[in-house]
Amino acid sequence: MTQKMTMPRKALVTSIAFAAAAATTSAQAEISDGEVRIGYLADMSGTYRDLAGPGGLTALEMAVADFGGSVNGAPIVLFSADDRNSADVGANTVREWIDQRNVDMVAGLVASSVTIAVTKVLEENDRLGIVSGSAASSVTNEHCTPNHIHWVYDTYPLANGTARAVVEQGGDSWFLLTADYAFGHALEADVTRVVEESGGEVVGSVRHPFPTSDFSSYILQAQGSGAKIVGLANAGADTVNAITTASQFGLTQSGQQLAGLLIFLNDVHALGLEATQNLLLTTGWYWDMDDQAREWAQRYFDEVGSMPTMVQAGIYSSTMHYLEAVQAAGTDDAQAVRAQMASQPINDFFARNGRIREDGRMVHDMYLAQVKTPEESTGEWDLYEILSTIPAEQAYRPLSESQCKLVQN
Amino acid sequence: MSDSTTLSAPRVVAKRKRRAGQRRALLYAALLALGLVAPFLAYPVFLMKILCFALFACAFNLLLGYAGLLSFGHAAFLATGGYVTGYLLASYPGLTPELGILAGTLCATLLGALFGVLSIRRQGIYFAMVTLALAQLMFFFFIQAPFTGGEDGLHGVPRGELFGIISLRNHLSMYYVVFAIFVLGFALIQRTVHSPFGQVLKAIRENEPRAISLGYNVDAYKLVAFVLSAALAGLAGSTKTIVFQLASLTDAHWHMSGEVILMTLLGGVGTLLGPIAGAGLVVSLQHLLAQSPMGNWVSVILGAIFVVCVLSFRSGIVGELTALYRKNFK
Repeated sequence: MTQKMTMPRKALVTSIAFAAAAATTSAQAEISDGEVRIGYLADMSGTYRDLAGPGGLTALEMAVADFGGSVNGAPIVLFSADDRNSADVGANTVREWIDQRNVDMVAGLVASSVTIAVTKVLEENDRLGIVSGSAASSVTNEHCTPNHIHWVYDTYPLANGTARAVVEQGGDSWFLLTADYAFGHALEADVTRVVEESGGEVVGSVRHPFPTSDFSSYILQAQGSGAKIVGLANAGADTVNAITTASQFGLTQSGQQLAGLLIFLNDVHALGLEATQNLLLTTGWYWDMDDQAREWAQRYFDEVGSMPTMVQAGIYSSTMHYLEAVQAAGTDDAQAVRAQMASQPINDFFARNGRIREDGRMVHDMYLAQVKTPEESTGEWDLYEILSTIPAEQAYRPLSESQCKLVQN
Repeated sequence: MSDSTTLSAPRVVAKRKRRAGQRRALLYAALLALGLVAPFLAYPVFLMKILCFALFACAFNLLLGYAGLLSFGHAAFLATGGYVTGYLLASYPGLTPELGILAGTLCATLLGALFGVLSIRRQGIYFAMVTLALAQLMFFFFIQAPFTGGEDGLHGVPRGELFGIISLRNHLSMYYVVFAIFVLGFALIQRTVHSPFGQVLKAIRENEPRAISLGYNVDAYKLVAFVLSAALAGLAGSTKTIVFQLASLTDAHWHMSGEVILMTLLGGVGTLLGPIAGAGLVVSLQHLLAQSPMGNWVSVILGAIFVVCVLSFRSGIVGELTALYRKNFK
């Protein structure tokens, strides 16, 4: 500024500068550091890479770009890290993000051990987490915190939705292939209960060690049981191995049907339709389910080169909802944003009839799908046929059964 | 080594030994000072992670480097220490962290005695396989046992108050506790290695039949070394659980047994400081790579470094540095 400036002009300039400064501060007053900082934590290199991984980060970046890159003038900053499916790496990374970079929200979160460890750190430091990848329903049950939201799916609708729908369609006798550890046991108990409630019967089950590579003897037992449906109460590589073996032994060709309780689009794509045809499963979203979904999926496909899984779509959807809540609340304070998010229903390309419950569970419509046969499929990614919709309120564990400390029972 | 000395110069040898001792004391003092100021220079939780793994690698090195026993099941001791400490502290809020650590270490020691009795009768690859098999049994136990939380892990372990007075919630006070535990563990290993007991271990490593013919009960020596190593691995696991406030299956998985071999070999097997350098390198690389766009390549990069290391400098970082020092400054 020049020294020759006249007094009134100088005063005017100063007052304008002050006013501008005041305006910006008031807009950003509640947003810590003047930036909305989001950390993306997921398995980028291991088993769950294709489920969430780098594709999920792209979905997150798409959401930030679509939102305009800033909230109320505060830029959105992204960090990302690979948790290598290890709880200590995950918890440590998030603790460092909070201590060193003051991160406001953590997205992604896949392996349930990592998720539970991270949510404890988030609760301790009062930051927000949005869980998109984890399957365990315990995330919003016994491990619920006021600091995280579980967005896409969990084992409860996967097991319940599939089991109930299958029994209603006439699949009333079941044989279960269960992974012999806590997760498999819980899934087995859930499925057995639902099958019996719906008027079906579990004629037998066999427990296999976790992990198992040779499923031949278990598949033979399943074939010998005479059950109409063979339910797979396992996950990941075990499910993939079981399906491959079942296909080699001609299980589906001989009139029995497989029901996958935890299987994703990328698994079906990797296994191929020959091995997975007619498999029944429950999904939270499918890219080809309607125009809105197709439109977003096509944009994603152009960026990544593969169709999005429900987890990757959920990351976009949840980030959008989060950013809208930050904008509406005018702050990135975890509890204020959490309350704002819960106050708004969610209806976008991903979720229908969605709302966030007090236990942190985002309930939305789920879909029963059947894997197409190679003849029915018209393209590389034309994999599912949506058979029916499971309404949001029926899909998830009712709050009356919740063990969450935030729910008054 | 006193290869250049002649028979007529015992005093020269003594003088050299004294000088070497002084230099070593100086080096340790410098490292100790570095350890004391480190939390002001770097993120304390990251440093604590390095210290826990360094102690684990030092414990492993005691067995591989000084007794010549390659155990492929050390993850079991790390995990046992971690789970026992975690379970006790999470279930009994009145318990102080030092008692938790003590209990965890004790359980790992007992497990070490059991594994040791079963495995030290075998040598080489058979010893490695027996320890791996036993560690896998423990892995399945940890998956199935109700108190470990299965694949979800054991969470919400409170850091608590040391001796009921000093709160460990603060990263800085936690760091100094971890550092003190590490220094004590390291001092114990250093003392063991330089004791007559350590000399016998080295003799067994070099030529076992000869040690037997000299009248040493080698099985007893090996067993003590094994139990000591297991106890220190358990101590590392217990401390780690308190730092991170969780125990998970990652610690019990055979990958962890492999990782500690990697750390020890990279740093320099059979050198006291080698495992610390190795643990520091591996943990830092994992940490840096995980947050970089190269994240997908952590395992590949570590593998490549390992291959280069084994092919071109077999005695590891510290081993090579020592050799370089001896060559140029003596």
